[in-house]
Amino acid sequence: MLIDHPLLGPRDAAEFVYKGDAALIHRPDGLAEGALDAFIEYGYLRDNPAGAHRELWFHEQGDRSWLVVTRDTVTHEITQVEMARDVARREGRSR
Amino acid sequence: MSQTNRLQGGLIDRGRTLSFRFDDRWMKGHPGDTLASALLANGVRLMGRSFKYHRPRGPLSAGSEEPNAIVELRDGARQEPNTRATTAELHDGLTARSQNRWPSLAFDALSVNDRLSAFFAAGFYYKTFMWPAAFWEKLYEPMIRRAAGLGSLSPKPDPDSYDKGYLHCDVLIIGAGPAGLAAALTAGEAGLSVILADEDPLAGGRLNAESFAMGQQAGHDWAAETAARLAAMPNVRLMTRTTVLGAFDHGIYGALERVSDHLPVPPEGKPRQILWRIYARRAILAAGATERPIVFENNDRPGIMLAGAMRAYANRWAVTPAREIAVFTNNDDGHRTASDLAAKGVSVATVIDTRTDAPGGNGYEVIAGAAVTGTFGRLGLKQIEVTDARGARRRISCGALGVSGGWNPNVSLTCHMRGRPAWDADIHAFVPGGTLPGGMVVAGAAAGMFSTHAALHAGAEAAAAIVADLGKTAPSPDLPEAEDAPVAITPFWHVAGARRAWVDQQNDVTAKDIRLAHQENFTSVEHLKRYTTLGMATDQGKTSNMAGLAIMAEVAGKPIPEVGTTMFRPPYTPTAIGAFAGRSRGTGFRPVRKTPSHVWAEEQGATFVEAGLWLRAQWFARPGETHWRQTVDREVLQTRNSVGICDVTTLGKIDVQGSDAAAFMNMVYCNGFAKLPVGKTRYGLMLREDGIAMDDGTAARFAEHHYVVTTTTANAVPVYRHMEFVRQCLFPDMDVQLISTTESWAQFAVAGPNSRKLLQKIVDTDHDISNAAFPFMACAEVTVCGGLRARLFRISFSGELAFEIAVPTRYGDALIRRMMAAGEEFGVVPYGTEALGVMRIEKGHAAGNELNGTTTALNLGMGRMVSKKKDSIGSTLSEREGLNEDDALRLVGFRPVNARDAVPAGAHLMRRGDAVDAAHDQGYVTSSCYSPALGHHIGIGFLKSGNARMGEILRLASPLTGVDHEVEVVSAHFIDPEGERLRA
Repeated sequence: MLIDHPLLGPRDAAEFVYKGDAALIHRPDGLAEGALDAFIEYGYLRDNPAGAHRELWFHEQGDRSWLVVTRDTVTHEITQVEMARDVARREGRSR
Repeated sequence: MSQTNRLQGGLIDRGRTLSFRFDDRWMKGHPGDTLASALLANGVRLMGRSFKYHRPRGPLSAGSEEPNAIVELRDGARQEPNTRATTAELHDGLTARSQNRWPSLAFDALSVNDRLSAFFAAGFYYKTFMWPAAFWEKLYEPMIRRAAGLGSLSPKPDPDSYDKGYLHCDVLIIGAGPAGLAAALTAGEAGLSVILADEDPLAGGRLNAESFAMGQQAGHDWAAETAARLAAMPNVRLMTRTTVLGAFDHGIYGALERVSDHLPVPPEGKPRQILWRIYARRAILAAGATERPIVFENNDRPGIMLAGAMRAYANRWAVTPAREIAVFTNNDDGHRTASDLAAKGVSVATVIDTRTDAPGGNGYEVIAGAAVTGTFGRLGLKQIEVTDARGARRRISCGALGVSGGWNPNVSLTCHMRGRPAWDADIHAFVPGGTLPGGMVVAGAAAGMFSTHAALHAGAEAAAAIVADLGKTAPSPDLPEAEDAPVAITPFWHVAGARRAWVDQQNDVTAKDIRLAHQENFTSVEHLKRYTTLGMATDQGKTSNMAGLAIMAEVAGKPIPEVGTTMFRPPYTPTAIGAFAGRSRGTGFRPVRKTPSHVWAEEQGATFVEAGLWLRAQWFARPGETHWRQTVDREVLQTRNSVGICDVTTLGKIDVQGSDAAAFMNMVYCNGFAKLPVGKTRYGLMLREDGIAMDDGTAARFAEHHYVVTTTTANAVPVYRHMEFVRQCLFPDMDVQLISTTESWAQFAVAGPNSRKLLQKIVDTDHDISNAAFPFMACAEVTVCGGLRARLFRISFSGELAFEIAVPTRYGDALIRRMMAAGEEFGVVPYGTEALGVMRIEKGHAAGNELNGTTTALNLGMGRMVSKKKDSIGSTLSEREGLNEDDALRLVGFRPVNARDAVPAGAHLMRRGDAVDAAHDQGYVTSSCYSPALGHHIGIGFLKSGNARMGEILRLASPLTGVDHEVEVVSAHFIDPEGERLRA
């Protein structure tokens, strides 16, 4: 597979390490009310779609960026690659 | 007898003669020959024995689809089994042996299987070797393995090297026949970067096997000229002897280039084969088609081959399998074989055409509406029996029979990414269908366009479309006039009523086996395949699957497209495992990381141990020491009594800087780091988000906004990855930067009561490292040896007064030499990982065995370290009920009741008198050693409610290793439990 790194262009998937669902960005606040239930949901419950899936890849043999890759789990087609940091900011993890 | 069956013409170099040996016989051939063509030239039709029934077999084909002519090539370490004689290029001195026969190819003892064939029907193994189960391993399997299998491996290591390579191109063209050549010309002239790959050593595909003209030229001359033109273009890479094995995601193709297989030995410095990974923006599959046989009674005798192969042998290699031949066909293409061989002076006995409207012969007899219903000749064809439309039988003498049941497009690569072939009723064959690999188009015979004219134009048009798509313009190539015969075929798959009619010749599957499988309800093609082994041999059923499907369809009363095909998977042809390994053999298997003191340690005669990729000194034996324990005990005792030095560079080091560094540290460690004073070090425990311990180590604060994190050797990479995840994905606005400095600093532990005195001779005197000025857990940037920058930490893994000192890596070797010289007066010893382990177990420090992916801070006796005042990774889920039960495992120590007993790691603990089983399990030992300080073995491990069970005697059991004795539960801190030595 090739992953089109937003900064470095297309790179072989062998340079990356896979983590999983990009929903992991949305870590609950450990000090908030009901944190335990929120963390059980966060830690253990994942969607397993046959189709578009947003997932985290780490460019370990490269620039050490975490990326959010939108990949079709059926065809492996990759439709979008973003810096995870940009996604995290956009999705409310900015201070 | 010498080349009795050699004809005139052909693409061989008659100016040179090559000698080769097959079994015990030396023969002659010419450059350009394959082993199969040279054997046929020498009158040899019998080349092997079949897999199951040991039937005599000769070549069916003239290419990589070959099921029968499978031989063992070369001698000694280069001996290679199961090689196709039809693709092995002849070289001088080539040696080959027939396989699967004993004592000789002509007389094979196991051919008795053939007489017993009634007992060996489909599913024979499943039905026969079922019971008793105990016989499986000892009797049945060795028996089956001896009887079956083909060639044998050389037990010697492969002397050749294999490489891997990476290529990028605008368009990859797979197959250099007329379609591929026309496509490459079009794309090449338009300036695209082109790779044209073909498994054959000669570009041209069927043009080399046919007698067609291309314009005013012979087809093979046009191919050679075009290949030369392409090879001269700087933007075109013509790769012959290169098989594209598979199509993968995103335009990636795997290809195997046989660089030196055609030579006696690879040239100096050259690999034998290269496995290429080709990144192609577009691909044109022009892989051609494979002819399929017709299934009839005893259709496997040497001399019976595909009609197109017979034509290829005659036209390309100037060889005929016999001086008198016949042809059996259901289509017009078969007639070409008769006319081409007749033109070469071979006697054509007859053409048997299954069609009643068969075209007339061109100087030879054609029997229309007829079929071959029998063959004769034990080790090679002598006669055939023909039954005509009226049912009259006659015998015809011939030494070879060309068979054509039509052609199958080579769709394999179109199916590697979910494509499913579609049935084309005009040509009665499957053509590419469904979802092709991204960016792939198919042209020529591979797409079911069987005329040369159609192939040329389809190739050129496919390339022109890609050129336009990639934003360039293509000049129309000048394509020659070429043959444009329509496909004329009436399907005819098998001769009805045949008893021993071979569908898959390599795996000895008959038409009867297929009917039996259906009768036994194996009706899906995938089940049919596995039950009968149809198409499961090394040829992957290239010449047999279609007939199998057709017979299956007939028995099931379904049309062929409804039966469908089995899955096509890479690799397209058999590929040596060595090619996949490439250079990753022996020391090239993976890189070796050496510590800064490695050279010095080698000089000391150290024994090394692998720790991940690292090589670490395990111990430093001295002359006279006869057992490693002697050495390790000495290293431990001398360190505890005076001073020892250990290279700890392999521990991961991560620099954390930024105005949010403290907040970040508080997030990744479960214990607090924000309030750690500058100039201090603290032990830290990192949890996974699920609350399980991930890694531990120390972190030092060198400045308000600067920490240095230490990880275990094994987790250096995963911890860094995790910290980057926390930084980039969870807290994108934190002002914090990370970098791994593991390889930037050479770091040594200096431990023992004399460690300070030793370091005072190394650290420059303006840095006070006395106990008062530099107490336990202090850290500082200092200079050593007269101005060299260094980092000094007062931390201890051994439990002794100890320091770790770090200098830039390139000074590591010099520093160990200086320290050893400075320590001479104290009797300093270097110690290895074994002594390091002994001392940490004596001290009860957790390491990898304890942080084993199942244990929590509570288990490790560090439950109170998990701060409740702050959020940190893993803190919330560490509070789950299941991880905090009253009888949770606790880290404790174990002492043998009988002082001579060991306390082996992996052994489990039971109450005295309880049975040794999972229900009574109380815990387990994780680390153990002989403690030279205590004079007996000790262990640490996890025990239910262990902290409340000090002094209890337990049963330690390991049924697997025969351990069963008693141990006493003690504190894990065997040495200096109050920590007085550390603070001295």
